[in-house]
Amino acid sequence: MRIGPSFSLHKEVISMNDSEKAVRQLTNEERIAKVQSEKRKTTFQLAMLSLIGVLAFLLIWQLAVASGFLPSRYVPMPSKVVELFFLKWTDPNPDGAVLGAHIVSSLQVALSGFFLAIAIGVPLGLTMGWFKGFDSFMRPIFEILRPIPPVSWIPITIIWLGLGLKAKAFIVFFSAFVPCVINAYTGIRQTSQTLINVAKICGASNFTTFRTIGIPSAMTMTFAGIRVALGNAWATLVAAEMLAANLGLGYMIQQGRQFARPDIIILGIVVIGTLGVIFTWLLGLVEGKVLGWKK
Amino acid sequence: MDSEKVKLKLEHISQSYIVNNQVFDAAVDVSMEVRDSEFLVLLGPGRCGKTILLNMIAGLEKPVDGRILLDGEEIKGSDERIGMVFQKRALMPWKTVMQNVEFGPKIKGMAKEPRREIAQKYINLVGLQGFEKSYPDELSGGMKQRVSIARAYANDPEILLMDEPFGALDAQTRYAMEEEVQRIWETEKRTVIFVTNNIEEALYLADRIVLLSNCPAHVKAVYDVKLPRPRNTIDPEFLRLRREISDNTDLAL
Ligand SMILES: Nc1ncnc2c1ncn2[C@@H]1O[C@H](COP(=O)(O)OP(=O)(O)O)[C@@H](O)[C@H]1O
Ligand SMILES: [Mg+2]
Repeated sequence: MRIGPSFSLHKEVISMNDSEKAVRQLTNEERIAKVQSEKRKTTFQLAMLSLIGVLAFLLIWQLAVASGFLPSRYVPMPSKVVELFFLKWTDPNPDGAVLGAHIVSSLQVALSGFFLAIAIGVPLGLTMGWFKGFDSFMRPIFEILRPIPPVSWIPITIIWLGLGLKAKAFIVFFSAFVPCVINAYTGIRQTSQTLINVAKICGASNFTTFRTIGIPSAMTMTFAGIRVALGNAWATLVAAEMLAANLGLGYMIQQGRQFARPDIIILGIVVIGTLGVIFTWLLGLVEGKVLGWKK
Repeated sequence: MDSEKVKLKLEHISQSYIVNNQVFDAAVDVSMEVRDSEFLVLLGPGRCGKTILLNMIAGLEKPVDGRILLDGEEIKGSDERIGMVFQKRALMPWKTVMQNVEFGPKIKGMAKEPRREIAQKYINLVGLQGFEKSYPDELSGGMKQRVSIARAYANDPEILLMDEPFGALDAQTRYAMEEEVQRIWETEKRTVIFVTNNIEEALYLADRIVLLSNCPAHVKAVYDVKLPRPRNTIDPEFLRLRREISDNTDLAL
């Protein structure tokens, strides 16, 4: 009902033009179809440009190596990396394991550290942000642990936990934990006082207000933190595996260096990058579900 | 109902804060009576302490001095017989209209079916049927305030506090909402304490107007508005009262 007047105004303007040119006005269906097809065309064109960009990059790379402009000893051709990708599923040489085993190992480490960080970090940040006493209690310890770079935990972790899954998961956990806590904390601190008052007036206890108002208010910030955590987890994983591991994508890259096999290194980098993209995308799906009201 | 019966009584209420290490008085010795089922308007210039007074009645903050009596008994903290509509941004953006309105009954542990029924009743009363599944961001400012009003009613309060509920709306919507709130009040009689800084709005709605001074707030005058409803804003008596109150009002600093 609100768009009524402005809509008819719009129509009048069009029909004035039309009477001059004597052009037929579009019907409703035609107008919708036109707008939709234009939108689809733009989307398609932009997607094509992205694809062309990637292909052009690969092509230039390929040609540069093939023509001898870049030495193939140091820079493998993309086509060779693709070849290696298929070969590596069955061939454990030279690093001792097939690609699948490296991926599974890395995923285990990254995901266990990452999920543990969410499971502990987010509730901790939320409770610290909401309950002042708990905040004062926890904050000094957290502030001391916070600025420590995750990789500096590696030596002591190796002494404590060896080279296995647990050690690396701990390092990953630490890198993902900090942004989870900080963002959940900041997010819940920004809860609107008006909404808290609304809950109080409805008779909610402090804990109910925390649950029904505080936590949902903090979700946007929390998800931003989880995104950062995911990036950190992935980056730290590779660093940890390069320093201390006998399996995993980081280890594979490291071995590529040992054996002077740049193609192995590039393959490892591409797989790591691709998995990172996939997880960011999955996280986006979850976020879309949880924050669905933010259209 | 006995319209002369006192529903709520403020006795010598004062409120102060520490601002920059100095005591800042926000309200000094405010006393007033609110009658059962009346539409009382608290009128005062901006930042004079109106919200603070409402917050104290709602139990959101404690007065430094004085007592608040509901049905003759002192109240401390939030009381479920008192509901409130806020000026703006008081809806949970992650909840639909229905979920916002049923929030109070849900917190009190009411089962889904009866609470949906109550919520639906008030959604219909404020004229939002068909928007139950919409999110606040999809609604206009006036519609959001309707949701807030429905939510306050769904708690079934005996006293409804409204803190400049239409202050953020454009003039046209504001007039429409004033009519709405009057209609709703006539269908669902409650005691209403309505805060505004707009003299015309006060005169249009009020049974009685309590005029507050500049900060620190104290009661300057009380006006009985005996005009028939709906009020004619160009009626001579309306205009006379308007001038009288206007002459008596402190300029907002
Ligand atoms: N918690 C507080 N601490 C310090 N000053 C406050 C606090 N709450 C309100 N004030 C001050 O009290 C005055 C009156 O505020 P308020 O009641 O919100 O005015 P209004 O009449 O516009 O609703 C303002 O100057 C405000 O800055
Ligand atoms: Mg105010």
